[in-house]
This record gives sequence, structure tokens and C-alpha cells, in this order.
Amino acid sequence: MPEWAAAPAAWLILIPLLWATLAFLFGPRWGGRFALFGITVQSLCAMQLVAALDSGVTQVLPVGGWSAPLGIELHVDGLAALMLLLTQVVALPLMLYTRAWLGAADRAAGYVWPLCGFMLAALHALFLAADLFNVYVALELLGLCAVALVAGDGKPQQLRAALHYLLVSLLAAAAYLLGVALFYAAYGTVSIATLVAVMDAQPPFAVVLAGTLMLVGLMAKTALFPFHFWLPPAHGSAPAPASALLSALVVKASFYVILRLRLTVFAEGDLTLDWLLAGCGGAAILYGSWRAFRCAELKMLIAYSTVAQLGYLFLIFPLLDTRELALAAAALQMVAHALAKAALFAAAGIVLVATGRDSVAALAALAGRLPVTWFAFGLAAVTLMGLPPSGGFLAKWLLIDAAVAGEYWLMVGLIISGGLLGAAYLFRILKRAFAPQASAAVLKPVPRIMEWMAFLLAAASVVIGIEATAIVEILGLVGST
Amino acid sequence: MSTGLIYACSGALLFGCGVAGTVLLKHLLRRILAFNVMGSGVFLILVGLAQRHGEADPVPQAMVLTGIVVAVAATALAVALLRRLAVPAGTGSSADA
Repeated sequence: MPEWAAAPAAWLILIPLLWATLAFLFGPRWGGRFALFGITVQSLCAMQLVAALDSGVTQVLPVGGWSAPLGIELHVDGLAALMLLLTQVVALPLMLYTRAWLGAADRAAGYVWPLCGFMLAALHALFLAADLFNVYVALELLGLCAVALVAGDGKPQQLRAALHYLLVSLLAAAAYLLGVALFYAAYGTVSIATLVAVMDAQPPFAVVLAGTLMLVGLMAKTALFPFHFWLPPAHGSAPAPASALLSALVVKASFYVILRLRLTVFAEGDLTLDWLLAGCGGAAILYGSWRAFRCAELKMLIAYSTVAQLGYLFLIFPLLDTRELALAAAALQMVAHALAKAALFAAAGIVLVATGRDSVAALAALAGRLPVTWFAFGLAAVTLMGLPPSGGFLAKWLLIDAAVAGEYWLMVGLIISGGLLGAAYLFRILKRAFAPQASAAVLKPVPRIMEWMAFLLAAASVVIGIEATAIVEILGLVGST
Repeated sequence: MSTGLIYACSGALLFGCGVAGTVLLKHLLRRILAFNVMGSGVFLILVGLAQRHGEADPVPQAMVLTGIVVAVAATALAVALLRRLAVPAGTGSSADA
């Protein structure tokens, strides 16, 4: 057996490809079983990866025994392993949820399983990628699967949102690829590790242009303000399980690439650019929260909340001097938001199945009748508002800590007011629980497993705050190459 | 000006046209076509810049090949979505085709 065949990193890309293909061949009845079994094995692989981590060391895996520059390498470090583990933790409950949801909503949507599988494979490939071109391929595969998931049941508004998402995604990927082309023209390589070694302190114009193109493309894919416009229609109109996957994981993937490049190829950094990113992040927090506050549709509200929460991630760039603190804040925010947002969309899907309506007002009919779902809403809201002891609280606490250390008082104010704004729009949901129960609307029965999965995700997002040291440990010191 | 640079410059021009078309045009089919023009521009730059030393470099050509596969898949998905959008479901048998 060749060495790479025993490596969990390679299997993490192979397994989802395998079960996605099987799910496509054997149809929706078997698809769910393949998915559950596949993700269980993936979870074991991810845990083995985490266990084998050496702090601060990047593990290199030449696929097929061919090392770079001829072959493709996979790199594993703390950040990559953390993201891989997070993907499994979010995906497994969501797959159980999706199975029940397909039954409850009476849909023949067998397409979901292969698409989820290919999407997970793309995510894993992206987290493990060691060169700029592999990142491009993974980004494109991810984008195509995500767009197909948004198209969902084929309702006109879903198709329109999907098509716009696709065009933005393709434009962004093309800009990124052009950046890769310029990098190759300048240095004759696209391997991240090699580029770190050959980058000049004063890079030539072509490289600055390349970096700018890649950054703009990745910002558009992450839906950072002012490129957020595609996200609310896409995540708001997609089927609930798809929205959960997209908001929790897919938008984080392109942020991961930005962070990865900033820490390696562009380790020198540029203060103006860092502050520009943080400024966009701040604007995203304010604008996203405001729009979420004004939303009448429940899923649209949650989608705008994603726009706002992504903003926090970009605040870390000027704070990277306090490296461990800022990185831990970003990692915790990614983990906490992924879990909480998956829970919120899952809970919104339950509301949709039970009442047949996607509006904040419809929630009143549920008060006191679906207690587990309510609890899920509540716990996820605690994380998003950043109340202790949740993961969201700790992420924001670390951010504030890093901002205070740099004496950036404006940012401290922004983070605090962002939390208040978050509370403002989330209480629009929560206050329905205490509304007088005038509504006697008949609810469609919801499978218990859907409720419990939403609850599980929400509870995990809170517990993560108590067990945060584990995350910081996995993160270790992110490999410097 | 070397041949490679001419290719790269025309590629940049195509890329610019494609971006403008994808962003500015209203008709969705035209935007999909504009995206293809943009993609061709990037491929031309990749191949053109790699020819600087007179010889062709196989690595960017392999990248372009991958890029073309991705572009074809993306175009197919876009056209399929557009078709479903143009033929409202339930009004004709072609909606399921």
C-alpha cells in the first residue's frame, strides 16, 4: 500500500467523491444512507488528522507519491484540520436533518445527496490545497455545487437567485484565476510554499495586481460588503438544509483562502489594505444587521445576519500583530457562527414545514408548541449576539482584547454595537415566543429528529465557548508555510 | 513585442470586455456568453505569458485545459438554469425536459 493511501487527508477528499457518485447512481432512497455512512467515516478521518497534528508543523502529503512540482501536494496544519473537523461536525447533523426534511416536505429531491457529497469533497480539497491553482479548482467545484443547491426545487425566485449567484461566483473565480496566471508569469510557480520563499519585499506591479485580483474575487465569494448583494437572495430562497450548509461552511471557505494567503504569501501585509478589509467588515456588520432588523421573511433575516457575522471575520486583519489572539478570535468566530447559523436555518426550515410560511410573523403560531425548536432558536441567538458563555461571546471577547491591545477604540465600539444590533434583530424572533397565543393555526407535524438536530447544533455553538481551549489547541500555531 | 505578449494583451482586452459584459448587460444569455469571453481572455493570458522564453511551458497549458473543463461545466449549468427560468414549470412538457 503506498504511503498516501494510509493518509486520512487523501481519504477526506476521496470518500465524499465516492459516496456522492454512489448516491447519484443508486438514487435518493440510498443516497441518504451513503451520505450518513460516508460522513461518519470522514469524521473519523478528520479526528485522526487532528490527533496526528504536530503544533506549528505543516504536514506534507504528496498524492500518489508524486511530490511537487510534478505532483499535487496536500498540506495539513492546525487551521486546515480545524476546518475539516468543523465541516464534519456541521454536516453530520444536517444530513440527518435533511433526510427527515425530505420525508416531511414530501419531495423527490434526490439531487441533494450527490450535490452535498461533491460540495464536501470540494471543501476538503480547498482546506488541504497547497497551491494556488488547486484552490481555484476547489473554489469552482464548490461554487457549482452551491449554485445547484440554491436552485433547489426550481421555483422561479430560486432559479433567479441561483443564476445571479453563479454569475458572481464565475466572475470572482475568473478574477482569481487571472491572479494565479500573473503569479505564474512572475515567479514560474503556484505552490504556496515556494512562493513564500521567492516573494520580494517590494513585489513587482504584476504581483500586486495579481494579489488585488485574487483578493477581490475571494471577497466577492465571501460576500463581504459591498459584494454581499448575491447572498441574501441565494441563502434566503434556497431549501432550508441547503441554506444551512451554504451559510455555515461555503462562505467560510473563501475567507479561509484569504486568511491562508495573508498568513503565507502576503505575510508582509499592507496596513492600508488590512484596514480597508476591516472597514468593509465593519460596514458589513452595520449594514447586515440593519437589513436583518427590517426583514419580514424569516430566512432572509437569517441570511442578512450571515452578512453581518462575516464582517467580524475581517476585523482581524489589522490585528494580526497579536497573532495568536486574532487567529483564535477568527477561528472561534468561524466555528461558533457555522454551528449557530446551521442551527438557525435548520430551525427556520422547521417553521417552514410546520406552518408553510416563511415569515417572522408565522413564528407566533409556534410559541409553546415546538419547544425544542424554540430552544434551538434561543441558544443560536445567544451565540450570535455574543452572550456568555457561548462561542460567539468568546470570539468577540478575544477580538475586543486584541483591539484594546492595539488601542483601536473605534473597533472596540463597533464590536460592542454589533452585538447590540444583533440582539435587536434576534429579539424580533425571540419575542414571538412570548406573544399571546391567539393563533390556533393547525401545524403540520414535524419529525422529531429535525427538531433535535437543530437543537444539537445550537447547543454545540454555546458549549464551544466553554471548551474553547480545545479549539485553540487544535489551531496550535498555524504553520508558517 | 513578442508573440506571447501580444496574446497576453489581447487576452487582457477580452477579459475586460467579458467583465464589462457580465456586469453591465441585462439579458441573462448575453451575460453567460460574456462570461465565456472573459474565460477565454484568462486562458489566452495564461498561455501567452508562459511563452516568454520562446518555448511553450506545459504547466499553464494543463491549467488552461482544466479551466476549459470548468468553464464548460459552468456554462452548461448556467444555460440549464436559464432554460428552466425561461420555460415556467408546469406550462408545458418542455419544462421537464
